Parts: sequence; C-alpha cells; structure tokens
Amino acid sequence: MAIRRGRGVAAINYPTGMNLGGDPTQALVHSTPTGNFMVTLSSVDLGQGMKQIMAQICAETIGVPTDRVIIDTADTDTGPHCMGTFASRGTHRAGNAVIQAAKEARQVMLEVAAEELEVNASDLETDGQGNIQVKGAPQKSISIFDVALSAHFKRGRSISGRGMFLIPRSYPEKETGAMKPSTCYAHACTVAEVEVDDETGEVTVLTVKNVFEIGRALNPKMVEQQLVGGSWMGISHALYETTEPYYPNRDHGGTDFNQYLMPGPGDLAETEIIVLERPSADGPFGAKGPGEMCANPQIPAVANAVFDAVGVRIDTLPITPERILRALKAQAAG
Amino acid sequence: MELRKDYFADVRKDGLHEIGQARPRLDSPGHVTGKTAYFADRNFPGMLHLKMVRSPHHHARIRSIDTSEAERHPGVVKVLTAKDVPHNVYTILILIQVGPEDETVLADGKVRWKGEAVVAVLAESERAAQEAAAKVKVDYEVLPAVFDMEEALKPGAPLVNEYHGQNYYLYDSGECRKVRFGDVEAGFAGADHILEQSYQSSPIEHAPTETTGCVVAPEGNDRFTCYTNTQAMFFTLDNTSIILQMPGSKLHFVGGTVGGGFGGKVDVIVEPIAILGAKLTGRPVCFIYSREEEMQISSPRAAEKVVIKDGVMKDGRIVARKVTGYTDAGAYSRHSPYGAQKGAAHYPGPYTIPNVWIDTYCVYTNRTPSSAMRGFGVTIGDFALEVQMDKLARLIGMDPLEFRFINAYRDGDMKAHRQPTEGAALIECMQEASRAADWPVAEKYMAMSSYRKGA
Repeated sequence: MAIRRGRGVAAINYPTGMNLGGDPTQALVHSTPTGNFMVTLSSVDLGQGMKQIMAQICAETIGVPTDRVIIDTADTDTGPHCMGTFASRGTHRAGNAVIQAAKEARQVMLEVAAEELEVNASDLETDGQGNIQVKGAPQKSISIFDVALSAHFKRGRSISGRGMFLIPRSYPEKETGAMKPSTCYAHACTVAEVEVDDETGEVTVLTVKNVFEIGRALNPKMVEQQLVGGSWMGISHALYETTEPYYPNRDHGGTDFNQYLMPGPGDLAETEIIVLERPSADGPFGAKGPGEMCANPQIPAVANAVFDAVGVRIDTLPITPERILRALKAQAAG
Repeated sequence: MELRKDYFADVRKDGLHEIGQARPRLDSPGHVTGKTAYFADRNFPGMLHLKMVRSPHHHARIRSIDTSEAERHPGVVKVLTAKDVPHNVYTILILIQVGPEDETVLADGKVRWKGEAVVAVLAESERAAQEAAAKVKVDYEVLPAVFDMEEALKPGAPLVNEYHGQNYYLYDSGECRKVRFGDVEAGFAGADHILEQSYQSSPIEHAPTETTGCVVAPEGNDRFTCYTNTQAMFFTLDNTSIILQMPGSKLHFVGGTVGGGFGGKVDVIVEPIAILGAKLTGRPVCFIYSREEEMQISSPRAAEKVVIKDGVMKDGRIVARKVTGYTDAGAYSRHSPYGAQKGAAHYPGPYTIPNVWIDTYCVYTNRTPSSAMRGFGVTIGDFALEVQMDKLARLIGMDPLEFRFINAYRDGDMKAHRQPTEGAALIECMQEASRAADWPVAEKYMAMSSYRKGA
C-alpha cells in the first residue's frame, strides 16, 4: 500500500453564446448634465462582475475614466432587452451592444465639442482623462464636463446612443447537422498532478496548471478571479460533487453542505493560471466568453492523472475513493 | 496569474486606457461590507410566505387533493392548486419556439418526479406555511417509475411525460440531433485501431451561496414588482406573462445582484407562482428555496452518458469518431433539449477529424428535471473526449500531449457541423502548458501554429 503520484493533461475549446435560439442583447447610453455616462441594460450580474466590465467597455469607447460610468441594469422598466446571463455570453453580447451605444453617444459628444471649439468633429480625440482635444494640438481642448453642460443647456443635444447586438438564430440542418451554434471559441489546456492513496482511494490534487486563451483579458484581476474559481470548481466536479451519489438510484442525495461534498480550502490544489489573448474578430475588444470553459479541463486532467498514478480508469463522475478502490480491487482480481 | 503577451502580439492592439486595466470592482466594497442589497433584503409589511407541498413519489396519479385542514391552519391566507394557475402547462423554451409545453406549475392529475410541486400554501409566517403544507392531504396512486436512461428508451418502459408521448425529445431530425460528416464507417474500416468506450456522470448541484427565490410586491396601479435573482430578466418576465396570462406591461422585474447562478437560475419556477399568490391575495409574497430545495428540487446539471468510438492510425491521426450522447432531462424538458443539441455541435472536440457521426439524445426519466449549468452540453462531453484522448494515445504508445498536437484543429479546418475554424488557439495553449508543466514535447510540435497561410 502506497501513495502513488500521477499527472494528466486535457485540452479543450468552448463556444461563446447560444445562436440556436437567436442571441440578442441591447444597451442604451446617455450622458448626465455634468458628463457622467449612464449605461442602461437588463443584463444580470451573477457576481462575476459584469457591471464592472460593462463600465470599462463604455469608458474605453467614450474616452472617459471608468469611474465616470454608472451601470443601471436588470430593471425591466428601464433596461432594454437582454437574453440573459448564461452560455458565456454576457461580456461578449452585452459588451458589443454597449460599444455600439457608446460609439453613437461619443459621436454626439464630439459634435458638441466641435461646435464649442469651432473645429471639425473628425479632428477631435479624447485623452481618456475626461477631456476632448484637437488631434495634434492638445492645448486646444474642452472638458467633457463642459461639453455635457453645453449639450444640455445651450445646444439642446442628447448625448446618447443605442446599441444592439444580435446573432441571428441558426437552425440545424436535419440530416447533416450543419449549424452555427455559437461564435468565437475560447481554449484551454490543463495539466493536473495528483497523489492517490491506493489503500483508501483518496485523491489529493497537488497542482493544477491551467493555460487559458480568452481573446482579451478586459480586466486581468477579474479574469483571474473567474479562472481560479473555475479551476477549483473543476476539481470539485472531478472528485466530489453529485446530488445523486449512486445515480441512477435516487437515494442518498445530499440536502445540505454537510452531505453534499465539496472541497474545503485545504483540499484545493496549488493553482497556476496563464492567460493567452488571441482577440476574436467579433468580440468586444476581442474578448471571448471564458466563464464556463474555465471549469472544464480540470475534470479530465484529474481523471487522466488518477490513471497515471494507479493504473485504473474511472469513467464515471465523480471519481470517488469508493470507485477507485473498487477498480483497484477488480484490477487485482483480474 | 500570468498574462503571456508574446503569443498573438501581431494581431492584438494593447495600450488602451481602460481595457486591460485591473480596475478594482465598483461593487466589491458593498459585497465585503455586507451593504449590497439582494432580493431577499426586501421586506414589506404584510408579506406572505409561500411553501410548496411536494410529491413524495417518483411517479403517481393524483386521485384527490384535500386542502381544507390546511386552509383552517392559523395564519394561512391562501392555498393554491393547479386550477388556480391560468396557463398551468408550460415550457420555458416556448419563447424560442421550442415545444411542446410539457410541465405543470402545480401538478394536475399526476406527478412525475419526487419533489414536484403540487399545492402552494401562502401564510403569514414561514412556519405557518410549513405547518399548513404538512396538513394538505393528497391521495396518490403510485405508478411504476423509470430512472435509468437505457431502461427509459426500451419499448414498454413506463411513459414519463405524456406531452412527449415517448421517453425522448423528438427533434425535427428525429429521436436525436444528428451530425454527419464524411464517412465514419469507411474511416473505421481503414483505421489501425478501434477504441469504443463509455462514460457516465451523475447530476451536479450549482451550489450558489444564495438560493433561488423572489419577493413580489403588488403596486397600487395594478402592476406587480418582482424582486428576483433570475439570470434572465425578460426571459422570466415573458414566461411569467404566458403562465399567468397577464400582459407584460403589468410586470416589473428587478434583479441584477445575484449570489451565484451557474445556470441554476435560468428556469422560471418561483416567480410565476409568487406573483399569482400576490395577485390573488393582494399581499406581498416571498418564495425562497431552502437549501434542501436548492439541492434536490431545483434543476441540477444533467447526468450524461457518452459513448465514443474512435478509429486511430498508428501515426496518431484520428480518422473517424462516432459519439452517442444521452442527456438525462428528468421528467420535463426545461433547457435540456437545447443542451443535448449544443453537445451535438461540440463534438468531436477541438480536433480535426475527417469522418464524424454524432447522435445526441435528450431522455426523460422520473427524476428532478435537469437544466442549464455552467458548461451546459459541453462539460461532461469534454470529460469523455479528453479521457478518450488519453486512452487513444496510450493505445498507440504515444505521448498524450503530442497526440493532441497531431489532431488539434487550426484556422480554416472544417468542423463536423460545417463551420470553418476561426481564431484557433489550442496549439498555443498546449505549447504553453508544455513549458509551464515541464512536460516536454518534440520540437516540431513547439514550432506549430494555429495560423494557416491564407486561412
């Protein structure tokens, strides 16, 4: 009886969005009288930080700091339609809608600034700090604060924009299955190292090294929180979780966190995250949807590592100590 | 976390002002100081609590329901049964024209899974609602149930859901969603090795910190405001409008701060019945799942069975792949027909294989309906595919990582569902993993690229 070590690899891709039903999201953007920008949506922030990302996307597009953007979302009386937050679509679909709305608002803003500065709007640029200036002559500038005041009280312009992003529905061809079910794909490759106690069947995940390709890390810290959390969830799926431990038998289902097993902090592996960015052609600043993908490759990587360690295949999830011991017993008998 | 900017630098414009910056989240101070308001932080004077009477049987006919004793229980204001729900038989994907309507808001004549909602009790307190629910008498005639997908698909199996008429979802393509690419049998015939393996998963809970729920307030103007943690505002509003036969203009949904979703909050379950309760009583209503309900009543990730048959050459090329996937929908469709179909498009994984045959089935059994979850239609498929890849590599005596390089898709490669590959990056991920994990592969693989000239 011994502790045996093994490692496994898995490589995957993951689609963004859900074109098999049509995949629309809308956004509205408008300026307040003092040049702050309100983004109105009905998208839902599940805790992953969608509001923050929409603020950064709007800020980048308009040309103001992120703290000048306010997100009003998930109120059906004010926010235009969003299909919902799922299918790794939030950042991609809503982000594109926000870009379109913000571009329209930016154009009005530049037109008002052009009137104030008596230049052509096409000669203007934003400095990202809250000012609009003449390209090549930054001393000739006006603050967005003053532009918004002018628009509201002097020039009678609404600095606002509408954004719509729609991926039309794809109907699978009956006989061949030809379809366009999603847009851009995120990618990952994970290597997991485990120790398996061949006496108890217990698996300890030592390290998980994940490489994720996500198009563009719009906010690297938030990317990290999502990818690390996903990686932990993958380990949890591989080794612990199920509502029906003896599926298809319906008995013994957990009803609370004492019975429903998940790894505690001490059970989590040393986790490494490396991010590559190949911008997608249709993503907001090239972003793809990594929200779901990041929890997938750890499962087969751990399964393959368990085989590498003790030479038995557990092809049923979760890979419990019981299943490992039964397989080892069968192997010894066989 | 490490950003490896050297990859794909030629196609990326860096140096933006706000994008790519690790700005602190505007909402995190509220989260970590407990100031963020969630739906359940709404409390209204006179608010009622809704509790469900649930089926103790996996499959049973309802002979009769007696709510008289429950109605007399102190604190009980209203007891709802199927006849109170205007459009009781529904399905959520009807909004994208995926039918048939196959599920009841409150069971009518039959229950098809253990835990199915039968009677809703509205009372002044959670305790009164719970106690009264225990006093509802339902007379059941227990029917044979089926739990195993293979059993369910056999002739003569108990019929789970009459609205389908058979224990699988009928696509326009027939009993399964099909993908056909190349000639899979010819591929097998020419292969050096054939490997057929079967993989299985069990249902998984989303385990959000915040359980599913909503708080509904009737407004003075004949409208209802529903504070909810749904993942999809208008999807829920529009389905509610159908179920309650109430114009959408009467409904106002407020959400957007959710304590974890993971796909568990895209079914439309709590909102319609809570709004109905508010309408019929004129009182605010809250309906919040207990942890037990979250784990055993709300939809889990479907159990899946995946059978993969591969033909592989000694030099590492996979020449044919046949996948049969089964998704255990439980008793009702919810999002499962969609998930099974998404799986059909995901196989054969991120590899270029000339001959592919995919069948994915959505199967009905007498268990808690499954639905969307993070990685819907893909996660379990990836487990099966990537374990299969490991087995294939070992079968032909090849390094598992090198084996993947040989088959990895690249720009312009045609996928089985007939979309050309764009923006591939699998090879680069594997190259970086090779370095990071100190798992060396031959130089020719490290020199590969997802780019193809002209693609």
